[in-house]
Amino acid sequence: MTDSLGVVTPFSIAFEKPLTLERGGTLPRYELMVETYGTLNADKSNAVLVCHALSGDHHAAGFHTDQDDKPGWWDHYIGPNKPIDTNRFFVVSLNNLGGCSGSTGPLTDNPETGAPYGPDFPEVTVSDWVESQARLADHLGIDRFAAIVGGSLGGMQAMQWAITYPERIGACVMIAAAPRLTAQNIAFNEVARQAIMRDPNFFDGHYAAHDVIPASGVGLARMVGHITYLSDIAMGEKFGRQTPRSDRDAEGANFAVEQYLRYQGQQFSHRFDANSYILMTRALDYFDPTDNERIPLAEVLRQTQCRFLVLSFTTDWRFSPARSEEIVNALIHAERPVSYTRLESTHGHDAFLIADPTYESIFKAFMDRVSDDVGATDER
Amino acid sequence: MSVDTGRIPEWIPQGARVLDLGCGEGHLLAELQTTRAIQGLGLELDPEKIATCLRRGLNVVQQDLNQGLSNFKANQFDTIIMTQTLQAIRRPDTLLDDMLRVGREAIVTFPNFAHVKNRIQLGIFGHMPVNPQLPNPWYDTPNIHLSTFDDFEALCDQLKIQILNRDTSNLSGQRSWLGTVWPNLFGEVAVYRLTKEH
Repeated sequence: MTDSLGVVTPFSIAFEKPLTLERGGTLPRYELMVETYGTLNADKSNAVLVCHALSGDHHAAGFHTDQDDKPGWWDHYIGPNKPIDTNRFFVVSLNNLGGCSGSTGPLTDNPETGAPYGPDFPEVTVSDWVESQARLADHLGIDRFAAIVGGSLGGMQAMQWAITYPERIGACVMIAAAPRLTAQNIAFNEVARQAIMRDPNFFDGHYAAHDVIPASGVGLARMVGHITYLSDIAMGEKFGRQTPRSDRDAEGANFAVEQYLRYQGQQFSHRFDANSYILMTRALDYFDPTDNERIPLAEVLRQTQCRFLVLSFTTDWRFSPARSEEIVNALIHAERPVSYTRLESTHGHDAFLIADPTYESIFKAFMDRVSDDVGATDER
Repeated sequence: MSVDTGRIPEWIPQGARVLDLGCGEGHLLAELQTTRAIQGLGLELDPEKIATCLRRGLNVVQQDLNQGLSNFKANQFDTIIMTQTLQAIRRPDTLLDDMLRVGREAIVTFPNFAHVKNRIQLGIFGHMPVNPQLPNPWYDTPNIHLSTFDDFEALCDQLKIQILNRDTSNLSGQRSWLGTVWPNLFGEVAVYRLTKEH
């Protein structure tokens, strides 16, 4: 396939300089699991950082093996001739600190005890992620990213980059994001955390010592999360009131949507670490560049120097278009260069991951211009 | 319905902050960026047109002008431009007022409904005009608030809006001496440069 990256290989980078964390605590050393796509040009001006959302990881595009049937999570938008065009850009994607896909996190051994951190892994914030990503950029020799791009929680990292390192980012793309969570957003995250913590196999996060995982709690957390990622319309179109599929275990489910959620929950519970999930949702909850409205968002964004593209989706109710428009209006007030589109979609919050011609056309138009501006030519 | 930008660039100072309402594919903003080094922002509804603007390196926000400009601060722009869109707005009066709150000056163009061609179609033949400037039939047209030079000036008077310049052109942006002498009868496109004391 000409529009696929084909097989990509993740690699790990070790950082030996301790990282002091925003909410207290220090990581004496850490590793980041990374994938890169495309070629860094001679003046190192064509790098794009992709930031992942709550349960994402470094595997954003391409396949890990020839036999892989599922590509990376953003394969629709990263690859040759795609919006993040790997013929032009050098793309950096990583698993964030505290994650469970190879970067240092609760599953990693604590060098002080020799046992996995588990629930004792220090709390990390969006700013901590940005700091670790900046060190990753230093390691790769990238002074300035042509663009930093992310959806949902990934968009918040892109925003924090623009605030913290205005001189190191040329363009900031925030898709289906929000300037900070509402009480309702935090409430859904809390239900997810409680589902995990009340699982008898959780053992206050020390489940590894008991050789179990709180699969039921993590699965339930994922089921709640999944509902908030979809829209009523999308669920109606996909399942309606259909009865369960006969080719899969129905486990006593009465409707197809029950069977689907259970399946998703179960799959996720074996893929994602419970302590990581709690940590990631907390980072999401605490993200607030206004410091609890002490500084208006427009004031915070006034110090940025990059161009912005903000995209939202009509049926997204987790981070609705109104939340994106808060960011847009703050940027307008701050007299920063911003473009914005509210894309028609029935897919809810998940729309940012799904292929759509209008979304693709807007995203590609912006990114093509970014690559022209940094002189990134087609390397084919 | 696109109209040549005509004299508009002459009214834009170098480096001005310009907001273009209904910027379409961004022809005017792109021209002003090149010739006047403006800091431009466009508002547009159509995602395809937004994509074209983005390819040109312009900044465009998707926004429905019928919802007003309340998300902008007072005097945030030097000039607000709205070409051939006023007649499609639900409340042209409130939008004009809002434009001169957000911008120090406004440039507005619209089709002159009192142009002789329209008068003949309506006054003699008894039909709602359909012509290159007003191509839609009456039952399916975005142009819900057609007006004339005289009507528009009456509204400006009522809103205490000061007319800095009045110009007229045909659809290709050229001026005719007849239109200059007698705009309400011979001017195809009405072009106004406005301001308001605050």
